[in-house]
Amino acid sequence: MVTRVVVGAHYGLKDWLAQRVTAIVMVVYTIIFLAALVTRAPMGFPEWKALFTHGVMRVLTLLFFLSLFYHAWIGVRDILMDYIQPTGVRLFLEVLVILALVAYTIWTISILWSA
Amino acid sequence: MAPAIPVKKRPKHLDLTKIHLPLPGLVSILHRVSGAALFLIGIPFLLWVLHCSLANQQGFDGWRDTFNHPLVKLIVIGFLWAYLHHFFAGLRFLALDLHIGISLPAARASSRWVLIVSLALTLMFGVWLW
Repeated sequence: MVTRVVVGAHYGLKDWLAQRVTAIVMVVYTIIFLAALVTRAPMGFPEWKALFTHGVMRVLTLLFFLSLFYHAWIGVRDILMDYIQPTGVRLFLEVLVILALVAYTIWTISILWSA
Repeated sequence: MAPAIPVKKRPKHLDLTKIHLPLPGLVSILHRVSGAALFLIGIPFLLWVLHCSLANQQGFDGWRDTFNHPLVKLIVIGFLWAYLHHFFAGLRFLALDLHIGISLPAARASSRWVLIVSLALTLMFGVWLW
């Protein structure tokens, strides 16, 4: 028998944690990126391109964007839950946000791997 | 018949012009507003710039010229503030999660620092960008 307790269950705990883990990933990347930018300035196109095609940096950049998109999903979903009361409208907007973020993910990979 | 439950006249302060937020509340709502702006405009803009600037020399030069326009610089500085505020307000929330600085005076002081540091860094980067 499955017993589900609506109140006090761990609903949302995973998202709460994910929002914080992704935040920390972005903080670390921001510092690394700023350091790379400052030590290589002034930058022309070749240096700019080299920065993002560098093996480690390319993976870190993708990790940053994946964290950003997951973080954005949780945050935007929270905003929609707070302000958009009609279920149908909220669901529609949530689907739009998910589709946008999935498209952004594909775009990011294409940018980073075609550079 | 059961007596009707008396309807209390409770004050409702939903008039946004009459709500006076304490500093931690201001930091909190600005965290939300900046997050929404970064999602709606910041992310697609960032990807677009990255897309063009990494594609070829012309794309890179194109954005470099665009960023030299004063109006574009102002908008970029605006989003820089949104990122910095979201960044430092987020760090403050992480600290609060770890029960660091949760007393009222400490929470007020840290929210003031979030506003000051993000504005000061925006100004610093803004002057540097200009």
